[in-house]
This record gives sequence, C-alpha cells and structure tokens, in this order.
Amino acid sequence: MTRSVPSAPRPSIVAAVLRSRWPSPLLLLLLWEAASRAGLIPTHTLAAPSAVLATLFAMIRSGELPSNLAVSFWRVVSGLGIGVALGVSLGLVAGLSRRGEALVDPLMQIKRTIPVVALAPLFIVWFGIGETPKIALIAFAVMFPLYLNLYNGIRGVDKRLVEGALSFGLDRWQLIVHVILPGALPSLLVGLRYALTISIVMLVIAEQINASAGLGFLVNNARDFMRTDIIVVCLMVYALLGLAADLLVRAVETRALAWRPKLVEA
Amino acid sequence: MTVSLFPRVGQIQPVVRLRGFTRAFGETVVIDGLDLDIAPGEFVALLGHSGSGKTTLLRTLANLDQADGQDVTIPSARAVVFQDSRLLPWKRVWKNVVLGLSRRGARKKAEAALAEVGLSHRVDAWPLTLSGGEAQRTALARALVREPQLLLLDEPFAALDALTRLRMHELVLNLWRAHRPAVLLVTHDVDEAIALADRVLVLAEGRFVAEERIEAERGRRTASVRDLRRRLLAHLGVTAPSGSYADAVAGAGAGLLEAAE
Repeated sequence: MTRSVPSAPRPSIVAAVLRSRWPSPLLLLLLWEAASRAGLIPTHTLAAPSAVLATLFAMIRSGELPSNLAVSFWRVVSGLGIGVALGVSLGLVAGLSRRGEALVDPLMQIKRTIPVVALAPLFIVWFGIGETPKIALIAFAVMFPLYLNLYNGIRGVDKRLVEGALSFGLDRWQLIVHVILPGALPSLLVGLRYALTISIVMLVIAEQINASAGLGFLVNNARDFMRTDIIVVCLMVYALLGLAADLLVRAVETRALAWRPKLVEA
Repeated sequence: MTVSLFPRVGQIQPVVRLRGFTRAFGETVVIDGLDLDIAPGEFVALLGHSGSGKTTLLRTLANLDQADGQDVTIPSARAVVFQDSRLLPWKRVWKNVVLGLSRRGARKKAEAALAEVGLSHRVDAWPLTLSGGEAQRTALARALVREPQLLLLDEPFAALDALTRLRMHELVLNLWRAHRPAVLLVTHDVDEAIALADRVLVLAEGRFVAEERIEAERGRRTASVRDLRRRLLAHLGVTAPSGSYADAVAGAGAGLLEAAE
C-alpha cells in the first residue's frame, strides 16, 4: 500500500527569525537610533548608530583611523612578542628543571601579587611617557598567564607516556621534543588566549597614559570635545581587535591540536 | 661469531640473568633474592597477585628502575608493551611505531610492522580514534619494529574483551614465532599463561614459589595441563579440585575469599 507522505510544513519566516540570534542586537540598535532621532539621547551623551557609522567612514577615508590603529597595533604586537618570549622561556626553565623551578617560580609568584596596572607610575618614572612604558606594561602583564599555563602543562604531562617513551630509549632531548612539549601545548594555548585578551586590556590602559597617537589618543581627544561618535568608533575597533585575536588562537588550535577527537561532530 | 649447531643446555647465554636480585622501598622488601634466567627465544609467563612484585621485576627488566650494584644482566634491545597502550595521542599511528628511531626509512619500517599486526589501514590514523585492540596491536608493532631480544608484556590484554583477547593471543604467538624474541609476559590469568608460555613462574611476596615447564605443544594442551592448572591456581590461593575454571567458582567452600586475605 502506498500513501503520499505530506511534505513537512515549511517553517515560517517569522519562526526562523525568532530562532536566530540576530533580532535582539538589531532591535537594540533600532531603539537606540530611534531614541537618538527623537531627541531622547542627546549626541553629547551617545551618538546615534548612523552618526557613528558616518564618522567611521570619514575617519577611514581621512586616514585618521588607519594611522592611529597602526600605532596601537604595533604596541600590542611588540608587547605581546616580548611578553610571550619571556613567559615561554621562564615557563620552560621552571617546567623542565627542578633548579629552574626553585629559581623562577618564587619570583613569578611575587610578581603575580602586584597588579600590573599599579606599576604604571613606576614605569613612567623609568621609561618616560613614550612607547617604552606602554609596550613594557603589555609585555609584563602578558608574561604570567603564559608562564603559569606552560609550567603547569609541562608538569601535568601524563607520567605513563613519559615512562613509555623512556622504555623505548628516548634521550632527554627527544623526550622534551616528542612527549613533554606536545603534551603541554594545549595548556600553552589556553595561556596564549588569556595573554591576547589581557594584551588588549593593557593596551587600553597604557594608552590612557599621555599618548600622542593611537586609539587611546583618539579616545582622549574625543572625550575633551565630547565627540561620543569617535569614542564609540574606537570601542568598536577595540572589540574587533579582541575578536581577531580570539580567531587567531582558534585557528592555531585547530591546526596544532588536530589529534584531539572532536567532542561535537560538525 | 661462533655458531654451535648443537648447543648443550647451560652453554646458551641467557638474555636475562638475575642473581640474588633484591629490591626494597624503605623498610618494605618487594623483591627478595630472585634468581632468574631467560633463554633466547623463550616464552616465560609470570603469574602473581597484585603486590607480589611483578611490576617491580618488570620495571627492572625494562631498565625503568636502575638496579645499581646488583647482579642484573638485561639485553640492550628491549621493548615493553604496557596494559594501556601508551601511544602519544599527538603523533599519528605510524610515527608512534617508529618513535625515537632514526628518520631514514622510518615510514617504510612502520608500514611493514603495522601490516604484520594487521593495521595497514590505520597507518595515518590518530591514536585516540583507535579501538582498544587496535591500540594494543599498534603497541605491539612499536615494540617489534625495534627487533628486541627481550619483549616485556605487562598485562597487555587485561583491558580487552574476551574475543579480542583471543585474537591478540594468536597474534602474539605468530609474531613470537616469526621474530623469536625472549618474552616475559606478566599476567594474572592462569589460562593465558598456560596457553602461551614455555615456562610459568609464580611470584608471591617477592619470591618465586613455583616454576612449571610446559612441554605439551601449544594448541594441544588441554589434556595435559589440568593438573598444572590446579597447582598454579593453588599457588595463587585458589582451590579448584578439578583444575578447571568452570569449577573454581563454587561459592561456599571454594576458599576464594580466604585466599584473598
């Protein structure tokens, strides 16, 4: 016996929209725009989305945004570079040798108790108000999550795997390269993710210190002239920087940790 | 090199030789004056309860524990297969097989070894995607690729299901026949020991309490080993009058519980 199977009812567009994640942010933007146009939100309190967008394009066209973004970007990259190099080196020293641990770990624990932001005045005294204190602040803040995660990752490597490798006659160097470092990589990447987030936060803080260029400089200037549209543009750029950093680590993770079974397929 | 066609027993150099081997952790003596010889190509099974010193002995033979100042001879070409496969999850199967070997011709060697254990189709797989049996076969391939004179098997089949275990027994025997390493199989399965070994040793509280040679050919042992089985089980503290597992568990009076004390 055959029977025609009624085709499944098409989900209505309304239902699909309600299920998606777009409506609520979009609604917020619309309300914001409407409230601005109705005069409920004065421009010097918060500029309308349309005004922000117009300012964004204007700032890109004039080259004001790209040039200042480049300055900020350079600060983050150099701070991160120095901080990652230091954090990884110290993590390796402390993780791979007992003597190194005794030497490095106490210092890092002391360093951890001092909020990096509180060091800003000292850094200004030492390095002036140029690029150096800003980069130093970022580097100094980024060091710790990398150090801690790499150190813990190395110490947490499965002892049975180490023993198995030793039973096949691997020497110390081969053990480090083939077993210990790959075993510590997942937690190193967690550290890197923290480091990237922290580097953006430290950038914002560092740029509040008398900057003559960069995103922070734009924000400070805009504040003095109550240009909320420029402030919002800069906030957007900061957010995008954070997002880009996260995507970067994720891309690295997908490549480097391909051996992990996927918990959720597709 | 002199090749003697008719070596008299006693002239063959054993691959493993222990004399009065003792090991203690603090006050606790784990191994107490063991003498042990394993001949080249001999298949020895070592039975014992947990805590009998099996693992300590195996770790010494694997050179994972240094035996300083003791009369211990072990060959330089050794390989271990552990109960858990201990494959590095971040290296593909074939790279695990040739771990620590020189790169030249490594892939070819790995492929050949994996073909021997029937895993040609898993050469490029990630270890975490293997089944338990496949992981242990990979571990066997990793051991054999080193052409060991001494192959140490530390309860390698204990975590496998019964059918897979049977297949692994078959595979181990075939590999042993093809490569002829001396084998020390640590197990607490009397049947496994009887089915595979030339000689069965029972270790209890750091001493050998029994040594049995099995002369019957593999595959034709059922008839002749019943008595042996009963004796071995008795050494492990299990009373089975008929010498068969089917009668070993009888509830009241079998004496299993007292034996476990």
